[in-house]
Amino acid sequence: MRITISQTDYESILDHARKNLPEEACGLVAGQDLSDGTRAINKVYLLTNIDHTNEHFSIDPKDQLKAIKDMRANGLKPLGNWHSHPESPSRPSEEDKRLANDSNASYLILSLMDQNKPVLNAFHVETVDGEKVVRKEELIIV
Amino acid sequence: MTIIVAGEKKEVEDGLNVAKLIELEKVETPEYVTVSVNEEFIDNGAFESYILKEGDEIEFLYFMGGGER
Repeated sequence: MRITISQTDYESILDHARKNLPEEACGLVAGQDLSDGTRAINKVYLLTNIDHTNEHFSIDPKDQLKAIKDMRANGLKPLGNWHSHPESPSRPSEEDKRLANDSNASYLILSLMDQNKPVLNAFHVETVDGEKVVRKEELIIV
Repeated sequence: MTIIVAGEKKEVEDGLNVAKLIELEKVETPEYVTVSVNEEFIDNGAFESYILKEGDEIEFLYFMGGGER
């Protein structure tokens, strides 16, 4: 799948992730699935990592509920989540895969391993025959 | 009775509990889902005993977590 995100939204994610170092940062993404198959991110939500560690994140369900209601009020669809990897590459860890349970979601991972060269990728994760299968999605910053 | 599930009105039988609604809605991997009713979070252990009422607003929230290690 092709996913688009605006430069402004990308920078919002990057700023939030940098401000939260050394902890992982997280949030949600919302937008629309377009008729040409592209998934357009129109809004990003910068939420609190209630784990407050550099190696794990959990989104506060209360924040999540508030964000879902905001999406609905603005005609946006929940498209997935994002989180940062302060010290590792932009790819799903075993823990990321274990906890990726929505096959309709896009999972965005921002690596700040090299803080001068942040890397943001998007992934689709689904369970096939009991195994988590990861596919990288085409993410375009527009 | 009419309830609102993820923002959409649905007609369901009276006396429906949360566990049955999860089944009816074909929620994927329900063990990772948090349920709120009228913005109150329901304990997973109470899904069978929580009986829904006319006009209840229900949301299914996937646990969102992970980590680099």
